[in-house]
Order: sequence, then C-alpha cells, then structure tokens
Amino acid sequence: MSNGNLHQALSQEARPSRASALSASLTLGWRAVLKIKHVPFQLFDVTVFPIMMTVMFTYLFGGALAGSTEAYLQYLLPGIVVQTIVFLTVYTGVGLNTDITKGLFDRFRSLPIWQPAPIVGALLGDLMRYALAALVVMIVGLVLGFRPEAGPVGVILAIALMLVFASAVSWLWIIVGMLVRSPESVMTTSFLLLFPMTFISNIFVDPATMPDWLQTVVAFNPVTHLATASRGLMHGGVATGDVVWVLVASAIITAIFAPIAMRMYYRER
Amino acid sequence: MTPAIETTGLLKTFGKTYAVNGIDLAVDRGAVYGLLGPNGAGKTTTIRMLATLLKPDGGSARVLGHDVVKEAAQVRAKVSLTGQFASVDEDLTGHENLVLVARLLGFSWAAARARAKELLEAFELADAAKRQVRTFSGGMRRRLDIAASLVLTSELLFLDEPTTGLDPRSRNQVWDIVRAIASEGTTVLLTTQYLEEADKLANRLAVIDHGKLIAEGTSRELKRSVGGSTLHVHVAEADRRADAGVLLREIFGDDVHDGSDDGVLAVRVARDELVPRALAALTGAGVAVHEFSLAQPSLDDVFFALTGRPAENQTEEASA
Repeated sequence: MSNGNLHQALSQEARPSRASALSASLTLGWRAVLKIKHVPFQLFDVTVFPIMMTVMFTYLFGGALAGSTEAYLQYLLPGIVVQTIVFLTVYTGVGLNTDITKGLFDRFRSLPIWQPAPIVGALLGDLMRYALAALVVMIVGLVLGFRPEAGPVGVILAIALMLVFASAVSWLWIIVGMLVRSPESVMTTSFLLLFPMTFISNIFVDPATMPDWLQTVVAFNPVTHLATASRGLMHGGVATGDVVWVLVASAIITAIFAPIAMRMYYRER
Repeated sequence: MTPAIETTGLLKTFGKTYAVNGIDLAVDRGAVYGLLGPNGAGKTTTIRMLATLLKPDGGSARVLGHDVVKEAAQVRAKVSLTGQFASVDEDLTGHENLVLVARLLGFSWAAARARAKELLEAFELADAAKRQVRTFSGGMRRRLDIAASLVLTSELLFLDEPTTGLDPRSRNQVWDIVRAIASEGTTVLLTTQYLEEADKLANRLAVIDHGKLIAEGTSRELKRSVGGSTLHVHVAEADRRADAGVLLREIFGDDVHDGSDDGVLAVRVARDELVPRALAALTGAGVAVHEFSLAQPSLDDVFFALTGRPAENQTEEASA
C-alpha cells in the first residue's frame, strides 16, 4: 500500500470548526435512519408481534369480549399501538449496549463533540423508529377495519403522546444498557418489566372483571392511562385527566432516570 | 515543546484488581511508541485513560500538554483513537461510516463526502465503499477503522492492538499505514502483544506486565540489557524435545526455555564456548536438530528475562 494517495490523504490540513451540539445529535440521528434503511428487518421484527396480537385477540376473543370483532378492534387497536411503542423502548438500551460492546461508543466519546450527543442522537433515532412502527400497526389496523372517529389529527395527537411516554421510558433502558454485559441481557431484563407493564393494564380487556387488588395496580399503571388517553384522542371524547396523568408520569420517570443515566454515562469515562 | 505523553504514577483499579499500577511514561513527539505486554497487562486501560475515556484513580497524565481529567476536551480535540475492536458501525457502508465521523468533526455534508471518498481510495477500500461493513474482511474493517481515526490529522494517534487477529498480508498493510502516519509527523502510541510488531514499528518501547512498567527503551537497548546472545534449537522430532531440554539444562542451567514457535528451545547463552558442547551433546544423544542458530536476543528473550516466563501462551485474561 505504497501509494501517493495515502500520504496525500494523511496530510489533510483543513480543520473545520467544531460541530454544534444540535448538528452532532442530528448526525447521530441520521445514523439511526441509515440503520433502518439498511436493516429494515428491525422494524419488521418489532411490528410483527403486535400485529399478531391484534389479529389473534380480535378474531379469537373480540366477539366474546365486545360483542363483535369490529367493536373490539376499535377498543384494542389504540392500546396495541401503545404496546408496540412501549416494547420498542428496549431497543434504545440494546442499541446503546451494542455500541458499547463493539467499541463504537468509545470512538464517539473520544471525538471532540458535545458529549451527550450519542445519547441524544440515539433518542432522536428511536423516536423515528417508534413513529414508523406506530404507522405500520395503524395501517394494518385500518386494513382490518379500525375506524378512528376523531380522524388523522386525533391519531397523530395520540401517537405524539405515546412518543412522549416512550422517550421517558427509554431512559430506563439507557441505564440497563450501560449496566449489563450484552445486548441479549438487555432484552432478557426488559421482558421482566415490559410484559407485566403492558399486560397488567387495560390494553386488552376492560379491568372491571379483575380482582380488586389487580384493578388497583391497573389503575396506577401509566400504560393504562396512556391507552385510555389514546382511545379518547383517536375516537373523540378524551379525558384530560388521563393525558395529564401520562404527561406527569413521563416527567417523573424522566426526572428520576435521565440524571442517573447521564451520571453513569459521564462516570464511564 | 511539551512531550506527547507524560504520566506519573498512573493508577486504575477495577474492584480489587490494579489494572494499571503506577505507570510513569514519557513519550516524545513525532515517534512511534510501543506499549508491549501480554493480555491483561494493562495496555488498553492505559490507552483508555490517556484518550480520556476512563478517569485515573491516582497519579496524573498529561497528553500534548493537557491534563486528561481537567482538560479532557482539549485532549479530545487533538488526539484520535482506534480501539481494540474495529469500532465502526457494521450496519452502515464504509462510505457512510466515514461521512458520519467527518460530520461529527464539523465537516459540511459536501466536504464530509469528499473526505470519505479520498480516505476510501487511500486505504484501498474504494471498491467496497457502498457495501455494509458486516461484509468486510478483518483487514478491510481494520483499515476502515484506522481511516475513521484519520478524518482529521491528529497530533497523536492511539492504536490499540491494531493487528490482533489479522492475516500476515493485512498486518503488513497496517504496518505500512502506521509508518505513513508517523512520517507525516503524527505521534503514534500503539499497543501490541506481538514482539515482532513492536520491534519493527516502534522507535521506543515500554514493556508492561501486571499493570507495571517493567522496562523501557529502544528495542536495541532492551535487547542489550538481557546480555549475551540467544541460541535457538529447533528439534526435528517433537517427542525428543523434552530430551533436548534436559541435555541443554545440564549445560546452561536454568537459562533454557520454550521458544515462541513449536519445537523450538531458546537458551540464553552467557559464554559462547558452551555452544559447541551443546551441539555435541545433542548429536551424541541422537537428537536430530532442524536448525541451530546463535543470535542477538529477540524481544521474546527480553520478555522472558524480565518476567521469567515466555511472552506467548499467556492465560487469556480479559483486558479491561
């Protein structure tokens, strides 16, 4: 490899001025877009499960639970979108852990950039992944016969609320992503939380027939309020209380986990 | 001019383990400096502290005149790091990886694309520019990784085990790249467990073992410090190697140890007149010898003299 190109490429003198915090974060967000472009399977992977659930629950239990499959789909679908996005949050931790184990994280951190940029960029990319997954599940819902009465605006507002909640939960996975040894362990850990969190809620059934103690848990679960608020936003007649509950819960989760995550991130170095 | 790297009593512990246990290092600018040691010796930990990725637990380190803890941002602006694993995004193409780094360093989109193209050509990766990195060979990946560290010409480049796991041809390519980088005036600090690599590339060497610096100097100085020359005996039949060892120990005492290649015994020779006696003894016992050579000590011998064990066949500790 004794070409003149090498020496010429190495004697690059131009030094651009430092990238701004926004530019660095957006560049790392762009990286997430490229990953979706090159590995579209990652979206397929995470949307197939909710679609399966939608089809199964609608046609198996829909008639029994809500009188007809159409009626049940109207109840179930907003909640399924919530479940999809909440499940997706774990990929924030998986992605971060993969970058750490592969050494890519060291590269980013050794660059003269705004230090939180790798985390912020990852979150930006995740938001897009959440939105895309929501879109896929919505389209399948529409094909199956879901009819949001509040129209596109309601659907967009509901998804926006979900994104707020999901970014808050993502902080938890950033912490897990920095703690455990492998991306697989992030996944395993996540199931311990995400399954109860989404199933012990009102996503699938009205909690009215559950035992009292379980109803208390369900009523406290922010996912329940997110599902109720999303139904309200998509079909009209939203309860402000549920939206506020979700926003406050997101704020609390972020206020607790974001500082811990950032402290761990800085301590790494 | 301030030295490129200056550390005093550098210390890093992980739990009860002293990964780096008081290392004093002085590296001049414009040289290739080698940190040599087995797996788990503390090489990577040292580099990570110098590149501001880990905070030292004690001692101090200045890189290009800046304290690695208090002036981490200034250090980061002047150095670049190629980690132990090829730290490139496997899902992205070669071109995209370099554009990503260039954008993070403040290049405009157009300038970033131009720089990526220039580096891909210089590193003979132009044909693979549009392929995802996961399809790259180990050598290609390593070259891309080094290219990503050279998007901006830095004053100091850290290369952590740049050739571990590469085939001989790729290793030679990386060596050529390192030499080219150094000839452009960039100081290179490289770690390696290959003595041959340190010998060929580095102007000066530090030998590290168990988190401590056990020797420092040019490779010539290190070899001289061992004293005497080294006899290498390549036994033709593997099952006679033990016999050969016994015979040689009768003559040379404890200075006999296993060489880095299979079937080779290395002997530190204090008095050259013992060598003919060794040959006679082997012939007398009917031990056939492939090769019998007397040479200046290699870095293998240096390592043995310093640590009392061969450099290869170390226990595979995870180098944190």
